[in-house]
Amino acid sequence: MPDILHLAPYYVAAWLFFCGLYGLVSSRHLVHSVICLAILQSSTYILLLGIGYRIGGAAPIFADIDPGKLTVDPIVQALMLTDVVVEAVVVALLLAMVVKAHEKSGTVSPDELRTLRG
Amino acid sequence: MIWVGSGLLLLVAVSGFGVVNTRDVTSQVIALSFYGVLMGLTFFFFQAPDVALSQITVGAVALPLMVMLAISRMKFRAANRQEKGERDA
Amino acid sequence: MRERIRVRTFLVFGGLFLFLFCYAVANLPPWGSYRGPYGDVISRVSVYERHATDAVNAVNYDYRAFDTLGEEFILFTAVLGVMMLLRREEGTVTRDAGKVKDNIRLSTTVRVTAMPVILLTVIFGFYIGLHGQLTPGGGFQAGVILASIPFLLYVCENTETFRRITSHTAVEVIEALGASSYVLIGMTSLVMGAPFLSNFLPLGTTGDVFSSGTIALISVCIGFEVTAAFLLVGYTYLEEIITGELPEE
Repeated sequence: MPDILHLAPYYVAAWLFFCGLYGLVSSRHLVHSVICLAILQSSTYILLLGIGYRIGGAAPIFADIDPGKLTVDPIVQALMLTDVVVEAVVVALLLAMVVKAHEKSGTVSPDELRTLRG
Repeated sequence: MIWVGSGLLLLVAVSGFGVVNTRDVTSQVIALSFYGVLMGLTFFFFQAPDVALSQITVGAVALPLMVMLAISRMKFRAANRQEKGERDA
Repeated sequence: MRERIRVRTFLVFGGLFLFLFCYAVANLPPWGSYRGPYGDVISRVSVYERHATDAVNAVNYDYRAFDTLGEEFILFTAVLGVMMLLRREEGTVTRDAGKVKDNIRLSTTVRVTAMPVILLTVIFGFYIGLHGQLTPGGGFQAGVILASIPFLLYVCENTETFRRITSHTAVEVIEALGASSYVLIGMTSLVMGAPFLSNFLPLGTTGDVFSSGTIALISVCIGFEVTAAFLLVGYTYLEEIITGELPEE
């Protein structure tokens, strides 16, 4: 494998993490910041899958291949499978909070919402 | 094959930055859906079919759906508030 | 002015974080050389021990079933949180929403083509949910696929159909049953003397639909729970638009 590709998924994961944080910090709309949080979370998927990959490995489904063959790591995939579905509902919970804040104060920008009133 | 994977990872990095830079929320939902499909393709390359199935159904359909439901509820309220203000004024 | 200072401070320290991260991972083994023993052991052993050909779902619903229980309850609690935040309390006076109401119907072409799509989606969702232990799939994916059907109905029919399908107590009961039956399966194996959530049903032959004991059962329960969770969240968000009533402010 050529030298520059040695750590590609780790760098991409760090870049996605940095992008998500930048979006959170510089956001002017609360829904935009929630979506950037989802981008943050998806950077961990790239990191985990990058750790578990094996060149020339097959998918860990043995319906049509022999159980002795070389496969990629099934454990990290099991961790990520549930995480992807749960992320959507947790984003829905965060958006419910945003909707409530919009109801009470009429604005959706985090700078104007900064002063808590009673 | 490894070059295809690296190309996909580069596309994911660029598309992630694109999602963050879209400031209008309704367009950001479409960008998020595209990002979800691209991530699904990347998981497919990583030999993870279970996770790719999850990501395509959730990241390209269910997650933008949740965001759009929230946006539509906020717009409904705002339009009603404005109309009530016009009627009372 | 405040925002510019905030963003610039972040760029400085974020750049420092990026640099430190790249320095920290510089000595990791190159991408694609997975060496760990646990994954190889599971790959070699899961077909013979559990008669399940999908190693990922065998890990999810059998070897590490306790973690999946925790994740399912994160989902349950998040839906509970959404319903509590956006609920309408007893006795609020509601007024009609007036002109801003949702009564647009799409063209006949869209509605006619959506019906076969709904049929295919139902069949596909049940197939994915029942074959979790054999091929990629399982409860989580099937739940999301089946939960998209009422939204398709909402898009192509009027909102009355959506309200009749989703706002029932039946959906809430299904979600509660799905979440609690997972715990009950675990408790049953406790009662039989084995550790919590161990596989106590007969394992069957590899490649059959009714194989691998509790993996298929747990997958079906989780499918019910995830479907009901997504439907409840969708209905809670759309409640005001569907009924057309807003609380008096």
